[in-house]
Amino acid sequence: MRTILYILQKEFIQIFRDKAILPIIFVMPVFQLLILSYAATFEIKNTRFITLDHDNSVQSKKLIAKFRGSSFFSFSGQAVNYAEAEQALKNNLTDQVLIIEPDFEKKLKLEKTASVQLITNAINGSAASLMNAYATSIVTDFNKEIIVEQMPQKFLGMPIQVKPVYWYNPELDYITFMVPGILVLLVTIIAMFLSGMNLVKEKEVGTIEQINVTPIKKYQFIAGKLIPFWVIANIDLGIGLLVARFVFQIPVEGNIFLLFSVASVYLVVVLSFGLFISTLTNTMQQSMFISWFFLVIFILMSGLFTPIESMPDWAQFLVKFNPVAYFIKINRMIMLKGSGFFDFQKEFWLLVLYAIAMFSFSTFRYRKTA
Amino acid sequence: MSVPVHIHNISKSYEKVEALKDINLEIKAGELFGFIGPDGAGKTSLFRILTGLILPRSGTASVGGLDVVNDFKKIRQITGYMPGRFSLYHDLTVAENLDFYASIFKTSLKENYDLIKDIYIQIEPFRKRKAGDLSGGMKQKLALSCALIHRPELLILDEPTTGVDAVSRKEFWELLNKMQQSGITILVSTPYMDEAALCNRVALMQNGKLLATDTPKNITKRYQGQIFALHTNKMHSLVIDLENTAAAAQVYRFGDSVHITSTSGNDESFRQIITASLEEKGHSAIQMIAQQAVIEDCFLALMDKNQTL
Repeated sequence: MRTILYILQKEFIQIFRDKAILPIIFVMPVFQLLILSYAATFEIKNTRFITLDHDNSVQSKKLIAKFRGSSFFSFSGQAVNYAEAEQALKNNLTDQVLIIEPDFEKKLKLEKTASVQLITNAINGSAASLMNAYATSIVTDFNKEIIVEQMPQKFLGMPIQVKPVYWYNPELDYITFMVPGILVLLVTIIAMFLSGMNLVKEKEVGTIEQINVTPIKKYQFIAGKLIPFWVIANIDLGIGLLVARFVFQIPVEGNIFLLFSVASVYLVVVLSFGLFISTLTNTMQQSMFISWFFLVIFILMSGLFTPIESMPDWAQFLVKFNPVAYFIKINRMIMLKGSGFFDFQKEFWLLVLYAIAMFSFSTFRYRKTA
Repeated sequence: MSVPVHIHNISKSYEKVEALKDINLEIKAGELFGFIGPDGAGKTSLFRILTGLILPRSGTASVGGLDVVNDFKKIRQITGYMPGRFSLYHDLTVAENLDFYASIFKTSLKENYDLIKDIYIQIEPFRKRKAGDLSGGMKQKLALSCALIHRPELLILDEPTTGVDAVSRKEFWELLNKMQQSGITILVSTPYMDEAALCNRVALMQNGKLLATDTPKNITKRYQGQIFALHTNKMHSLVIDLENTAAAAQVYRFGDSVHITSTSGNDESFRQIITASLEEKGHSAIQMIAQQAVIEDCFLALMDKNQTL
């Protein structure tokens, strides 16, 4: 046990002596949290749209005015014919084109039905479906007004009305949703890279050769590599939570000790993962590339940006092996919903299992004999 | 205090290269034993087997009766190993490195101060300097201190004087002699032939084979023939011109002269034959001085034989 303390002492001296790594550890996460949380948003604002009004009537002008009045849309011109509208889409001068058919008003009055066409640039699929949803809701609203206007005596309101209430994030604020996830990301990056790089560095510089002929036991050496970054990553999480609380006004609804307990287990998983990679590689470059390979997959399949439920079955199966996904889920539950231990105990125990497995793997793989 | 080392039929191969071929050696307790040979001779592989860093393909070896495969943990407690490459922490200071290695072996600088005093005094002025900022000679002294800090019974030094200036090399060997007197078995490898004379016994190695094992004196005594150091006015073509002379057993450059060996027994007639054939080839100012064989001559002769086998 004393030996581990000596190794830890040595590791901390080395970390704090490194003038480049300190800002990386403590400043970079804050910056990333501030930048990503504001920037990585899926909210669509200022969708550019142009109109192609073949009717030019009071009604058609009213509909266009409704679009122009919405904060989601920003009016960027009128096309005179279809070709011009198409050209505008092609040249990326607009995201959406609203086409109103000829005799729109007349048809509404006489035939009680008329159509409009919406063309959306769907290069970015998820953005397009959002734009479409916004536009449809404006048209629906317009519909209602026409009914009220034309047949006020008959209008009793819509037969079924949906009144959405959003719990845990009442204003559907994207930042509230993103911050807990990005927090997990930052801690993960710090833990995985620092632990991985550190062991490989000893190999590259050659210091491991001298260590290998000492009576240091495998688990002592691995623990000595793991604990410093475990402490640092936990401190980073704390800093992140403070930023969340005081910059983004997102307090931790649940128990903060519970959060740190889960984080502690989770960090063992990620740190061991990094160490495992570094036992397999001989240079920092190799280790870096392999770490990135896993990290990119873990992050993109973590449910941070796209919900796991909408992934294909095989991908959902793979996500079961993604520790990042578990912690993002738990972190969101604790921070936003105030969930208790029993709400996510299945995920928690899976993380514990994962931690034990990864730590054993990396201890087993680290060989003092070549 | 000191331990003997036994090596029996040790072989080791890496993928296609045979690094060690059937090595047998008995090293007595308290001996200062040198391994001499060029790069790739197998010196490092042998040391790594003795410290339990790699496993031999076949054969057995023991340190003080402890088997290198089964008891490597115990061997590590009583062995100090200094790898060929400086392997201490560059970003830790001299004092921090020493304290770290002392504490890992559950000891302290104070406890073994008497053993490393002579070396430590020389590096003490740089206690607070980072190990990476030390000069080559100082680095070696620090590495030696770290290897000695747990009072080992066997000290293994892999090319400790490579890349170290001549003065530091001399100092280093004086230190080794002192270590030996305090009762430590020392194995040291070196590519420098002149250092061989400073060992009790040496093993000459090449391509994973032991060419000879003996005291430096006996090795030179065993040399057959008489060596002459040659100087002429056309040194650059001398080796080629001599190789075409049948009488010459062996010809090689040695420092600024060329060494040639006579095995005929009749040195005077040999001298005449060589002089005559050289004059024929346009050499003048020919100087031929009889020389005592040194380790390098022996080694080159043995190497030559080994390669033609």
